[in-house]
Amino acid sequence: MSNSNNHKLLIKTDRSSYPQPDESGKLQVDLDSGKYVKVWHGPNHPGVTGNMSLELTLCGDEVVEAKTHVGYLHRGFEKIFERRTWMQCFPTVVRMCVPEPDSNEYNLAASMEELSNVEVPEYAQWMRTLVLEMARISNLLRLLPAHGGTMGLGLGVQWGVYLRDLILDRFEELTGARIYHMYIIPGGVRGKMPDGFKKRLISNLDDIDDFLIRLKRLVIDNAVFKKRSIGTGYINPSWVDKYGIVGPNARAAGYKRDVRKDNPYLIYDQLDFEPYVDNEAASDIFSRTWVRFMDLKYGVEMIRQILDKMPNDGEILGKIPNALNWKIPTGQTYVRSESSRGEYGFFAVADGSEYPRRINLRGPSYTHAIALLEKLLVNANISDVSAIMVSLATCPPEIER
Amino acid sequence: MEDKKTFIDPDLTKRTVIGPNGEDITVDPIQDYFCDALPKKHEPKRAKIFENFFNWARAESIWVLGFGTGCGSIELYPLLTPRFDAYRFGVQMRPTPRQANLMIISGYLSVKTLKRAIRSYEQMQNPKFVMALGSCTINGGMYFDSYNTINRLDKYMPVDVYVAGCMPRPEAILAGFEALKKRIKAGKAEGANLYAENFETYKANQKKIIRDWNMPDYNW
Amino acid sequence: MEKIIQHLQGAFDVKAVKKQRNDLYFVTVGKDQAIPAVTYLRDAEGFSHLVMITVADWMEKGVFELNYIVHNYQLHADISICTNIDREEATMHSAHHLWEQAWTYQRELKEMYGIEFPGSPRVDESFNLEGWDNIPPMRREFDTLKYANETFFPRPGRVSHDPATYMKQKLYPNE
Repeated sequence: MSNSNNHKLLIKTDRSSYPQPDESGKLQVDLDSGKYVKVWHGPNHPGVTGNMSLELTLCGDEVVEAKTHVGYLHRGFEKIFERRTWMQCFPTVVRMCVPEPDSNEYNLAASMEELSNVEVPEYAQWMRTLVLEMARISNLLRLLPAHGGTMGLGLGVQWGVYLRDLILDRFEELTGARIYHMYIIPGGVRGKMPDGFKKRLISNLDDIDDFLIRLKRLVIDNAVFKKRSIGTGYINPSWVDKYGIVGPNARAAGYKRDVRKDNPYLIYDQLDFEPYVDNEAASDIFSRTWVRFMDLKYGVEMIRQILDKMPNDGEILGKIPNALNWKIPTGQTYVRSESSRGEYGFFAVADGSEYPRRINLRGPSYTHAIALLEKLLVNANISDVSAIMVSLATCPPEIER
Repeated sequence: MEDKKTFIDPDLTKRTVIGPNGEDITVDPIQDYFCDALPKKHEPKRAKIFENFFNWARAESIWVLGFGTGCGSIELYPLLTPRFDAYRFGVQMRPTPRQANLMIISGYLSVKTLKRAIRSYEQMQNPKFVMALGSCTINGGMYFDSYNTINRLDKYMPVDVYVAGCMPRPEAILAGFEALKKRIKAGKAEGANLYAENFETYKANQKKIIRDWNMPDYNW
Repeated sequence: MEKIIQHLQGAFDVKAVKKQRNDLYFVTVGKDQAIPAVTYLRDAEGFSHLVMITVADWMEKGVFELNYIVHNYQLHADISICTNIDREEATMHSAHHLWEQAWTYQRELKEMYGIEFPGSPRVDESFNLEGWDNIPPMRREFDTLKYANETFFPRPGRVSHDPATYMKQKLYPNE
């Protein structure tokens, strides 16, 4: 699909007339000289994912320095958990990541189960997997067309959000809520599949298959999109470990990083799947778009596989202590799962009381949107800033909690 | 050869220009200029029929500032796409506060965002309205004890319509638009005037929590 | 994994080892040995991925417990290097030279807990908060409800109950 030498196609701008860095390699930015202009990209900006801002220093239309500013969505979750019991944390924790809240539910439930040795019934594990995969495709349906949206191809976004809404309808049928499902509760899940749910979900999956074909024609094969995305936002594969890059962004750089395959949780070891890896490590915006495209395609196939293999009926809730007075013995753990953006983990510490001592979230955007984005934006054109940002799948709420 | 670091563009140096009344004005292109006049109350037209006509026109062209301040903004995606299609009610998103007349506060506001939200709100042209989504803007919702989110939005800016829920569904937001239209047509959506009248109170409340107030008091 | 833990015990003064899962160990070392231990794991044992740097506040013991969680992609296993630092004079050696994202974590910990990381870039810039002039909010002595009630305007009439006692009163008053 992509060419390994893509990044070499990037036309180097002639910067000889621009201010040059000094001997130490640092560019002295003197705003009073009139050569530079400072632009705030966000928080009130249509090209920004969520509510965060980038402080760009421009020379002409090239970025010479970028700083990420977060904290616009900071709610102090980790502090208010100290005042909630473990069960009360549970409706709070889903609000940590708005587009894909189910990973939060699963991680909290899994860490509570691990710390207090609760067994989860098999049927509940299959239902959890189904919900996590549905959440993955619902987020990707919003995210994938947005790659084209940042370059002016707005129609794909309209289609994608409509199809995401159909998946949200299935969520509503299963869990009663569109966005914050709170379906995966500690010990199991909250309900069984309604009658006819399977049939309706499969018909939605067929719609998504159709959408993928149209999206490929509309966005990915589009000449403007190709011209602007190939070679832009190139992540050197040697940065992957240095910057802690995970998930689709690492897979676009040729590394097979998928928690579902590396550390299988739930029933992922019983499923037959292989995450898509860009073996040529093109690692530009186009390559990341293509990895997300294949993720969505495989995600749809995976849901079909789950519906095929899962048992028809079973226990939904394991044996749990009194939920209102659930004391968790002293201990600490780190639990991870694969969200649509990469490794998503919870570090949980219990001190033997009803209240958690510490729950800390490790989101993939924490590294992607700060250290990596600031590096990628240097020397980028200002019109590519939001394209690079969206292609990293930045999600501000999980950075600042 | 000229040293590049100390090079100053001649267009950016201070210069004196002659104003419309013949007075000399010194212009410094690098300095920020802003108007520091305080907001004024908008008086309705004398004849009721004109005011009604203006209110009808305002109600039918609600232009929303595209500023997602909280989780509620995720439901604005379906609202503006074919499924719920708010465009058919004359609602559309605008990228800049200068073109918008409705600000949607979509959920909780952290102190850092409140500063930007106030700034955006003050930059909007009159008449302007505020719609607040979610229980967090009403009484703090589930973040009532958080140290970084405000509890009641109406202490910091005048709210015309609240839409309850966590988070409100797109249908609920559409109903909120209908309620706002009714209020505007009845001439009751007087948020901007309320803000101008009680400017001192609102500003005192805002300054109480925004510790580093490094902007002019009213920046439009 | 057992072998790596033995190597760690041989090279460093390991105070405690706790096996949480087959692929997750918590290894406690002294304050000055934490960064060398993390460096050793990264360079010699292939733990190339820094998962997170995090802190648990043990106020009653008077310490912050710092955790450096590192991940090995060949073994698919994690080791967390834990170290206790004094709460009152919280200072820790910086790890920004090991991973590029480490300074972000340190910047957050500086703001949220007041832990000093000398030498870490941009550590004094504000991360989440703006113009914060109180004690660092994630320290346990900071009372968030009191602060919120004093600063923001709580709507009168809001009551919160302890769920266990309140539901017992409502549902089983006779027990």
